[in-house]
Amino acid sequence: MSRITRRNFVYSVGALGAATSILGWPALGQAKPTGGRVVVIGGGFGGASCAKYLRRLSTDIDVTLVERDSKFMTCPFSNAVLGGLYDMDYITHDYKALSDDYGVKVVHDSAVDVNPDARKVRLAGGSQLPYDRLVVSPGIDLRWDAIEGYDERASKSMPHAWKAGEQTTILRKQLEAMSDGGVVIIAAPPNPFRCPPGPYERASLIAHYLKHNKPRSKILIFDAKPKFSKQPLFEQGWQALYPGMIEWISEEEGGEIDAVDVKAMTVNPTFGEPTHGDVVNVIPPQKAGAIAEVAGLTDDNGWCPIDQRTFESRLQKHVHVIGDAATAAPMPKSGFAASSQGKVCATAIVASLSGQDMPPPSLVNTCYSLVGPDYGISVAAVYRLGDDGIAAVQGAGGVSPKDADAGFRIAESRYAVGWYQSITADIWG
Amino acid sequence: MRNSIRLFNVILVLTTGLVFVPAGQAEELSRAAMLSASCEGCHGTYGRSPGAIPPIAGKSAEYLRETLEGFRSGEKDSTVMGRHVNGYTEEEIRLIAKYFSKQSEQ
Repeated sequence: MSRITRRNFVYSVGALGAATSILGWPALGQAKPTGGRVVVIGGGFGGASCAKYLRRLSTDIDVTLVERDSKFMTCPFSNAVLGGLYDMDYITHDYKALSDDYGVKVVHDSAVDVNPDARKVRLAGGSQLPYDRLVVSPGIDLRWDAIEGYDERASKSMPHAWKAGEQTTILRKQLEAMSDGGVVIIAAPPNPFRCPPGPYERASLIAHYLKHNKPRSKILIFDAKPKFSKQPLFEQGWQALYPGMIEWISEEEGGEIDAVDVKAMTVNPTFGEPTHGDVVNVIPPQKAGAIAEVAGLTDDNGWCPIDQRTFESRLQKHVHVIGDAATAAPMPKSGFAASSQGKVCATAIVASLSGQDMPPPSLVNTCYSLVGPDYGISVAAVYRLGDDGIAAVQGAGGVSPKDADAGFRIAESRYAVGWYQSITADIWG
Repeated sequence: MRNSIRLFNVILVLTTGLVFVPAGQAEELSRAAMLSASCEGCHGTYGRSPGAIPPIAGKSAEYLRETLEGFRSGEKDSTVMGRHVNGYTEEEIRLIAKYFSKQSEQ
């Protein structure tokens, strides 16, 4: 069968409009016309999910996705690239299926301003996009003013690699160039930040690479926090796979970094001596992506307060914020959470535009971390809307059992890869 | 769904010589769809998993319901599903099972 896209269908309908109206709609066209224009800013886990599910729910809605890049590289599995398990191609996705199969209009440009009164988005290229509903899913921006000496320029030699892409490649090359016996420093940020288990999965998979290639090397994690996500499971895994290789320095032990020296390749803890690293990965404090602030969607903390049922901004009408940029605690700032929010937000928008009731929101997070290629751990939660907003369902979710055997860890490592294949296909496929 | 629309159109072309796509909503805004969207993150769109996570599209509702309830009771071993299933009532499990049973495998 030749591949007929939805977009082609729409054109066919246009051409055959008269004929189809004679035929009338069959039973499956029980649809209420929805109509409306939705603009989605950001083609990551949140925005791309929302765009796709909007079109799944209603082919009547005109959906435009504004995304700067033609390729998207995911933060999930970028740690596996750092550990040498996969290459960059593996974590690179494009927007062809969204546009060809789902009829999303994909515009590769940057949103530079939003006029919420006129309901228009202005693009760097000069054009204006009118909307009935706007979805803002910009992810995070890094706070370049938070750590003395650490600005965008410094990130070329001390990569953050907290947005996958060139930064991931820089860090990988530095690890490859490092001599055996070198010291890798990872500076982990304070809460809230993108991907709570991420810095510790990163330490794990860098340790995997070093163990097999530069076994005398060490990893120091300087942490601005007193504890971290899945901590007992990570520490157990480190003990089993990389004994003595990873040292975690908590906030109480002087783990918080307040300055770096790029020339000397040192990090300065708030108390204690400056420490030299051969490779230094600084993950700075974060805030909502820039367009959220420009559009007047952020509060004093730099994140976006929302109605936790519909994800509509509490600060601007007809604008929804999803993903890392939104304040959706207790949901973590994870790719899976962003995608789940994108689907609920799509449902809320279709309900509103078509005058239907929105079913009660149901949200999920499922995050796998690889401690090694054959050693996976996970955290899960199911969320509903409670009286005070989004709440985790008690008695559900939680982390992998601490007393699990090797077979369980192997199974979860395989499911981690399956998870990645499924979620990326669900979003970009 | 995509395939079923394609097939539907092919049948229409054959029988009427016309091609059209139903306008408006492809799927209703149902509780079942809302609940099931969460599953699709890991099990794939429409439950068609491309990788190591078991596909659930087109399995019988009875099989899906029994499997999920088995995870809940612990009768059936799981890694993460036992943690998920407690987030849903028996009625919700029935809705989810029915939703995926209606999806085509391809």
